[in-house]
Amino acid sequence: MTTVALEPTIRRRRRRRRAAKVAKYGALAFAALIVLLPVYVLLVASFKSGTEADPSRAWALPQAWSLDAWREAWNGEQYGLLPFLKNSLKLVIPATLISTMLGSLNGFVLSRWKFPGSDVVFLFLLFGMFIPYQAVMIPLTQIFIDVDFPEGLPRLIFAHIVYGIPITTLIFRSYYATIPEDLIEAARMDRAGMLRTYWSVVLPVSAPAFVVTAIWQFTSIWNDFLFAVFIVTDPAKWPVTVALNNTTGSFVTPYNVQMAAALIASLPTLVVYILMGRYFMRGLMAGALKG
Amino acid sequence: MAEIKLDKLSKRFPNGFIAVKELSLDIAEAELLVLVGPSGCGKTTALRMIAGLEDISSGDLYIGGTRVNDVLERDRDIAMVFQNYALYPHMTVAQNIAFSLKLQKRPKQEIRERVADTAKLLGLEELLARKPKQLSGGQRQRVAMGRAIIRKPQVFLMDEPLSNLDAQLRVHMRGEIEALQKRLGVTTVYVTHDQVEAMTMGDRVAVLRSGELQQVDTPTHVYDRPANLFVAGFIGSPPMNLARGTIERGDDGPMVRLGSMSIPVPAGLAHERGLDGWMGREVIAGIRPEDLEGPPEDGRPREGATLAATIDRVEALGSELLGFFTIDAPPATSEAIAEATGGGLEEVALITREGTPFCATFEPRSGIRVGDGVEVTVDVRRLHFFDPETELAIGS
Repeated sequence: MTTVALEPTIRRRRRRRRAAKVAKYGALAFAALIVLLPVYVLLVASFKSGTEADPSRAWALPQAWSLDAWREAWNGEQYGLLPFLKNSLKLVIPATLISTMLGSLNGFVLSRWKFPGSDVVFLFLLFGMFIPYQAVMIPLTQIFIDVDFPEGLPRLIFAHIVYGIPITTLIFRSYYATIPEDLIEAARMDRAGMLRTYWSVVLPVSAPAFVVTAIWQFTSIWNDFLFAVFIVTDPAKWPVTVALNNTTGSFVTPYNVQMAAALIASLPTLVVYILMGRYFMRGLMAGALKG
Repeated sequence: MAEIKLDKLSKRFPNGFIAVKELSLDIAEAELLVLVGPSGCGKTTALRMIAGLEDISSGDLYIGGTRVNDVLERDRDIAMVFQNYALYPHMTVAQNIAFSLKLQKRPKQEIRERVADTAKLLGLEELLARKPKQLSGGQRQRVAMGRAIIRKPQVFLMDEPLSNLDAQLRVHMRGEIEALQKRLGVTTVYVTHDQVEAMTMGDRVAVLRSGELQQVDTPTHVYDRPANLFVAGFIGSPPMNLARGTIERGDDGPMVRLGSMSIPVPAGLAHERGLDGWMGREVIAGIRPEDLEGPPEDGRPREGATLAATIDRVEALGSELLGFFTIDAPPATSEAIAEATGGGLEEVALITREGTPFCATFEPRSGIRVGDGVEVTVDVRRLHFFDPETELAIGS
């Protein structure tokens, strides 16, 4: 008797649960759609021919699929990005490596090899994160001129390294705080000095923090526009972001080429995420788990 | 190998907390000294000062006759075993053990030989290629020992090295560490909160409370002649029975009155214990559970004074029975005892009748039960007396 009486309740409950699930996934799918719409426009426009790429027909699929825009954006005479992509790589690789390495050293010293006043030093380092690029534009340029710093990419690399120190230090300091203090002390008792402890004990267990920091730095340096546009004056030395901005012609606006160029310019960061993303997640989780 | 001398060593933290107060200790060459006390008593801080991991606020520290206050930890020639072993997770067992020698830039051949010797000594030969996470707790413990041993340092420092092991393994490793220390003859300071470890391993035991040294002596002496109420309450499990009483002069000589009961104390013993000046005054009397015994199995009466007791609670330990009962003397409430025993005795007093809970040992097959009226015999030679004001042992 009881089973008979219970059955409709159970069924009703199941139905309600299924309805809730449908509603939830529906809402999520809708949100995803909104996020993906611009990407759709970007993609279809990049495969259209010059005459067809027009804002009034932004939603339509290309009538004839064409790779011309991609070719032009890659190494076309007028809009080709290839040399600027090379510039960007010359910028992003050293700037990422050096700022990540410095962050690691800073983070280690400020969390596990403290000196009197190290917390104050850390506080001042953090301030750097809250200084907007705009605020330093003029003084930075002036300093570069005053010290006769090599022009072009070296200046940009230097600026990104310095500007990266606060965030890279913060990430590494938080990560190193999860390394048991005993481990550092064991190394000290084994007669290791600061650099030896860092090199032999801390660095080998730092991979997750390195991945997180490197992805972060790669992405923000690659995507930076403002520093690049006011520091690098020679158009031949522009990184891809500045060059991309200049595909906007003064008279004609070749949308298809622009869209292809935008996609090409954003591909490297995508690739970095896809290759290293799982380490990124693991790195973010590293603090939560012990050992 | 060297002797260690602590001369009024103090540690004051920046927030004003004084973790160690003027600690003076002389640790002989090849001695194993155990620093013991409840958590927060400053024992680990004291050890870390010897290690050089903590600055010394005041006082002097000598190792092998040299003042080392300002000597860096890595130049003190000390090896330390950490509570959680602190093995380098990315190195194999062999690399962990060899790390310090590698830093000293020893020849590869020598390192190989010494790693092999150390591994053999600790039974780690099969595990040399493994990483720490592939080891059991006991094996990790051994690797941590190996890392210390291979250096042949002047001093070993051990910070609760067995506290992360299960009970059985702990007993086993206790013996191993002790044997190893004797064999190597390296001066060792061993920190533990476990008074059983302190009793079984130490050549001498130093009892600390709130950063202050209470007593330092051989385990037997600390057990038989606790210098004050804190040590009396801390060393021994189950802890010493303590109650307030008075010393009186009876018809047959001196006696100690505990509530409605009185226990005669032979005149010679009373004199020996310095009770002469205490006639008519209040004292805190103590007796260990094993010196307070139920009737023997053969039924013949024991020597000594007897107390009548009604059993409140029985704990069977297998080798013996513990019988708890209440005497009608006021309890020896004191901060020191509460700290030493974790407040256990007072709690029991709350749930029983007014008076003081006492614990006596009974023969394992005596079959005592709650509610039984029994006679327990006090071994009067084993009575302890403390000054209620100073809490120091009388006559010590």
